[in-house]
Amino acid sequence: MTAVAEQVAVDFARQREVVAALRAFLPQSSILFDHEDVKPYECDGLTAYRQVPMVVALPETEDQVCRILKTCHALKVPVVARGAGTGLSGGALPLGNGVLLSLAKFKRIVEIDERARIARVQPGVRNLAISEAVAPLGLYYAPDPSSQSACTIGGNVAENSGGVHCLKYGLTVHNILRLRVATVEGDIVEIGSEALDAAGYDLLALITGSEGLLAVILEVTVRLLPKPEYAQVVMAAFDDIEKAGQSVANVIAAGIIPAGFEMMDQAATRAVEGFARAGYRTDVAAVLLCETDGTREEVADEIRRVQELMDASGAVQTEVSRDEAQRLRFWAGRKAAFPAAGAISPDYYCMDGTIPRRRIAEVLRRITQLETKYGLRCANVFHAGDGNLHPLILYDANLPGELDRTEAFGAEILELCLEVGGTITGEHGVGVEKINSMCVQFKPAELEAFHRVKRAFDERGLLNPGKAVPTLTRCAEYGRMHVHRGQEKFPDLPRF
Amino acid sequence: MQDIIDKLSRLIRDAAAQKRPLCIRGGGTKDFYGGPVHGYKLNTGDYRGIVDYEPTELVITARAGTPLAEIEAALRQKGQMLAFEPPQFGEGSTLGGCVATGLSGPRRPYSGAVRDFVLGVRILDGKGDDLRFGGQVMKNVAGYDVSRLITGSLGTLGVLLEVSLKVLPLPVSETTLRLKCTEAEAIERMNRWAAQPLPITATAYRDGDLGVRLSGARVAVEAAAKKIGGAPVAPAQAEHFWTGIREQTDPSFAGDAPLWRLSVKSTTPPLALPGQQLIEWGGALRWLKSGADAKTVRDAATRAGGHATLFRGGDKTIGVFHPLPPALMKLHRNLKQAFDPAGILNPGRLYADL
Ligand SMILES: Cc1cc2nc3c(=O)[nH]c(=O)nc-3n(C[C@H](O)[C@H](O)[C@H](O)COP(=O)(O)OP(=O)(O)OC[C@H]3O[C@@H](n4cnc5c(N)ncnc54)[C@H](O)[C@@H]3O)c2cc1C
Repeated sequence: MTAVAEQVAVDFARQREVVAALRAFLPQSSILFDHEDVKPYECDGLTAYRQVPMVVALPETEDQVCRILKTCHALKVPVVARGAGTGLSGGALPLGNGVLLSLAKFKRIVEIDERARIARVQPGVRNLAISEAVAPLGLYYAPDPSSQSACTIGGNVAENSGGVHCLKYGLTVHNILRLRVATVEGDIVEIGSEALDAAGYDLLALITGSEGLLAVILEVTVRLLPKPEYAQVVMAAFDDIEKAGQSVANVIAAGIIPAGFEMMDQAATRAVEGFARAGYRTDVAAVLLCETDGTREEVADEIRRVQELMDASGAVQTEVSRDEAQRLRFWAGRKAAFPAAGAISPDYYCMDGTIPRRRIAEVLRRITQLETKYGLRCANVFHAGDGNLHPLILYDANLPGELDRTEAFGAEILELCLEVGGTITGEHGVGVEKINSMCVQFKPAELEAFHRVKRAFDERGLLNPGKAVPTLTRCAEYGRMHVHRGQEKFPDLPRF
Repeated sequence: MQDIIDKLSRLIRDAAAQKRPLCIRGGGTKDFYGGPVHGYKLNTGDYRGIVDYEPTELVITARAGTPLAEIEAALRQKGQMLAFEPPQFGEGSTLGGCVATGLSGPRRPYSGAVRDFVLGVRILDGKGDDLRFGGQVMKNVAGYDVSRLITGSLGTLGVLLEVSLKVLPLPVSETTLRLKCTEAEAIERMNRWAAQPLPITATAYRDGDLGVRLSGARVAVEAAAKKIGGAPVAPAQAEHFWTGIREQTDPSFAGDAPLWRLSVKSTTPPLALPGQQLIEWGGALRWLKSGADAKTVRDAATRAGGHATLFRGGDKTIGVFHPLPPALMKLHRNLKQAFDPAGILNPGRLYADL
């Protein structure tokens, strides 16, 4: 098992060498290496994995970032970029022989162009801070991860983060125009443009979601959208998962693209009600939230149709938010799902697969069977509109063997997602967490193509090495433990 | 169908071994686009057909040789569409060509470009390896986003075999309005409207006329039409107008002068360039019919925060696409090397040294 792996001990001679090289241009306060100073950086939001970094660098200028990169490149020291550290897949997990490059000091909104509806921001700006800054202009930045009050735009770009509204408004990749990045060699490159496209390959898309493996993001130009005039949400309760799943398909089939479409199973609504009192029924199999936005006329029309469709799909109860306060209360429950899971269980493990919508009920049923198999409870919340599941496996890390069982349970959920035609990660990234599952999703030639992409940007493999894409050797090892669907995945590779 | 893939793969392998260039071709409707076409023709037209289409998933998967018209007809039957309104530029235009050129129509600034709707691809790379990236679901961050990298790469990174696209419902109602104004006023209006929650799905300006298309729920379209003003255009005439813009059959594209495509920041004031212009995409796209020299056009695009493409006609030896700064070009070369080490896939179609 990989979690709680033994920490790599710091090589103090190497540490002294790197610190000395960085001191040449960084103030002392921007370099941390004492154990108690670097300890706070030992993990991101996936706390089961921890490793103290050899050195933490906290630059304040682009020039400093470039010089850090040049220095590390020359000394062959790996570099891990970090935003707010809210990532859920261990993407910002430090390396014991590496430099953790924190972009936390890059907090400036550089420019807001109201007429062109774009904002140019530094990578450490929080997601929500952008929408707050442009709210007086009637604009907002659409992607809204639940962590938006803490996570940074740099991290969002690196993970291609989504949010509850991405069915209608897209992911990070759909809402950015341009990036200013530093290559591993410390050169600055501008990717994309202020126009709607750029000449050459779509490197903007390639870098988005690349988990800090291709370049360090120094500046992001985001698109801003006009705030919808009005929004309303329908809450629908179902006593049957099958019907709940079908209702999602029915709404889409009717030609409606809701602004948000979320589903919670009974375990989730119970956890949430105890925590946030959102007004959900807890005696039903599932609760759905379906939001529409637009002009008042449009919303009135669409919300009525959604309610009718929910009723026709067999909802035991539907309720339309009367006012803004109630709409926010309905959402408050969903948005508190993770902390609510934390309140009913010592630990929880958040999964992130995506499946075709039509398989929702089937997948939930099979997760229930897995709960019995592993002897663990699981609460399910998900972005039903785009089939992105977040099963929350509840466990207690202090009970021997429970974390291992949890991880095995999680891996089996991901394989279930693949089996029904989905993917192992919808928005949280692969990081260190799902690296083995990548061996199941992709065949060796595809993984090799990923490695070649990596080398096209980072020949020496110094940017966030070991994350996101497994080596073939690792897959062979994993495959040995784990023969996939009766087929050997890596028949040509040596086994050990 | 696997036999076709095997054959294509063999052709690629042989070409790679002999370093013989291949010219990938679907329906041949976009031969005019990009650098000079040369090499042995690798036809993808036989690899056709819709593989999977489930309307409630909002996803269609089809083989690259499938005619766009066939895809759009299948979608229309279920009340759905390709929301990026790809131009066809002639009969027989295929899905592969659409994705490889990455060209989108009038709806682009309001709904997104081809690349925004691509969810996954299956390709043969320059070694003939059959690879899949992305998938058939809306949200997927496993592995680098090779699907979008391939989109618009003009066949220089791989031969597209299959593509999965997100689709959207057809709007319930649609209205086109026509307003008389100057070019500067048109640009100002397009940007002002875009900052308001209005259901605009296309804008175009030429010769004193600004066309605006509204699409969506009837009530929303009617309310927006009141706010915008102007004269409503009869549906058949509106359809003809937007098709003319999308397919470049509109009179403003006629004539022998080279056609330039300037993709710029939407607020860019009227460009003082000789020749005839048509503005689209809320101000972000300027079509220019002009004999002006390349440097003049490219400098204007650069100053406007964008880039210029020699779209049709003219002297291709000056380079069809906007030159890239050296650091960026180096990344392009490295990526080309990663996918097509022998340099045989559509060489020179995008940049001379790719
Ligand atoms: C309670 C909670 C709810 C969440 N909800 C959602 C959700 O709804 N949707 C969603 O998508 N995610 C969600 N997340 C996950 C997480 O918030 C996102 O992945 C977020 O984008 C991470 O941002 P960060 O600034 O914390 O990045 P970090 O965790 O610091 O880093 C994430 C990755 O990005 C890289 N990185 C960071 N900054 C840069 C940079 N400047 N240049 C290059 N690489 C960089 C890191 O190396 C790492 O690989 C949630 C997390 C929590 C804890």
